[in-house]
Amino acid sequence: MGGITRKTAIAGVGESDLGYTPDKTFLQLIAQATDRALDDAGLAKNDIDGFFSAGWLTMESIMVAEYLGIRPSYSDSTMPGGSAFEFHVQHAAAAISAGLCETALICYAETRLSDHKRRMAMNFVSGAPQEPEEQFETPYGCWVPIPTYALAAQRHMHQYGTTVAQLAEIAVAARKWAALNPLASMRDPLSIEDVLASPMMSTPLRLRDCCLVSDGGGAVILTSAERARDLRKKPVLVLGCGEAHTHRGISGMPDLTVSPAKLSGERAFRMAGLSPSDIDVLELYDSFTITVLLQLEDLGFCPKGEGGRFVEGQRLAPDGACPTNTSGGGLSYLHTGMFGIFLLIEAARQLRGECGGRQVARAKRALCNGIGGSLASSGTVVLGTD
Amino acid sequence: MTDYKKPLPYVHAETKPYWDAAKRHELLVRRCRACGRHHFYPRDFCPSCFSFDVEWVRASGRGAIYSFTVCHRAAQGFEADVPYNLVLVDLDEGVRVMSTVVGCPNDDLKIGMPVEVVFDDVTPEVTLPKFRPAALPE
Repeated sequence: MGGITRKTAIAGVGESDLGYTPDKTFLQLIAQATDRALDDAGLAKNDIDGFFSAGWLTMESIMVAEYLGIRPSYSDSTMPGGSAFEFHVQHAAAAISAGLCETALICYAETRLSDHKRRMAMNFVSGAPQEPEEQFETPYGCWVPIPTYALAAQRHMHQYGTTVAQLAEIAVAARKWAALNPLASMRDPLSIEDVLASPMMSTPLRLRDCCLVSDGGGAVILTSAERARDLRKKPVLVLGCGEAHTHRGISGMPDLTVSPAKLSGERAFRMAGLSPSDIDVLELYDSFTITVLLQLEDLGFCPKGEGGRFVEGQRLAPDGACPTNTSGGGLSYLHTGMFGIFLLIEAARQLRGECGGRQVARAKRALCNGIGGSLASSGTVVLGTD
Repeated sequence: MTDYKKPLPYVHAETKPYWDAAKRHELLVRRCRACGRHHFYPRDFCPSCFSFDVEWVRASGRGAIYSFTVCHRAAQGFEADVPYNLVLVDLDEGVRVMSTVVGCPNDDLKIGMPVEVVFDDVTPEVTLPKFRPAALPE
């Protein structure tokens, strides 16, 4: 272990137009984000020889590469859901370290909000009938993701006494960060009472426990640490990565109070030679409030079962002791379906000191954690300035 | 013909004995002859030790609610049922299954509640195992 720590760096990041983009396809958004990330890095498209993307369409990665006019010598379309891009960082860091490619593009976009309004929403849950979930969960009225995360929240509340007000603290903190982010979709003040008064979705999760539905995409450029030093922006080093998946359907989750972030986090911290106390800023996948709470515990920021008490008193908010989801997160910034790319973009900008009113002072190390499926997959990336 | 509009399981050879048993109002699970563990959903092998020496055994049909949620937003086909419950039941055999609890108001559902299987013949071809609060021992 540790063989790829500090060998690679994020050299460029960019996001497409965000929010509601009815006049653009997901491919246009990917091209836009890629162009902005290349410009951020001071690189050209022809510098890219490693290609990493994930999406829901058939052979989407080769479709996207064709659209962009990229013919990579190293390609990876690992698709574990919203954590895909944290997985991609580890895979790209390994490939670059092994000399299989030099400069990797990680890219993705969806137009989920526009598709919904056009009534062409892709039912990304309902897959082939041969899938076990279709046979043993769907006939009971299960759908992904709200009820499956609700099952996890209910179990955590039962087992550890976690309250809905504690979960609401997470949504309120995200909104405070979003108020500082000009690109965020939801910036009006939100109180714990507002969260608890929002419509019930699937007990115990209410509307404001759930992420937004948005259009948008992002791109991240990774290259060797050596090459990154000669590029336009301060390199953001990849200190450690880890990945894990434990199940697909929620019935197969070994323990609904423990996400695979426990495994991916241990792997990433071991590679980095760091522990949670070394981290200055957290970017955690917030498909739901419960998702954040489980990651805080599983990544070791508080003991198992203590997440509810840990987030009390707005600890995750701009003035709190544990700055988390500084963009406003999926709960208040945007959520396109797979938020993991935006975790990396925000972390890179925080470490470069580019975040203006929401900049975390003296941020030297950041942790990104993506979660995919029904708490099924987890990818952890620890980033740093040195 | 049936007017049942909800999704039905696509039954294939690996799982046909499970669904055939449900039609007879029996709950079957797979048990590994090599390591003794039960598993769910049914496979032709043991996902723990990967032995292909597995047998069908009749489950007691009893268990306890591991977690539950009351859905206020419907899956396709369930619009008329809102709010409806989904449960994960830990069977006495040590496997976890998704289902729904009938014969119990949603407000009375509790984690740890003892439940027992009941069979809902939703179409002439398909029976879904569901659960109800367990009768107290006599």
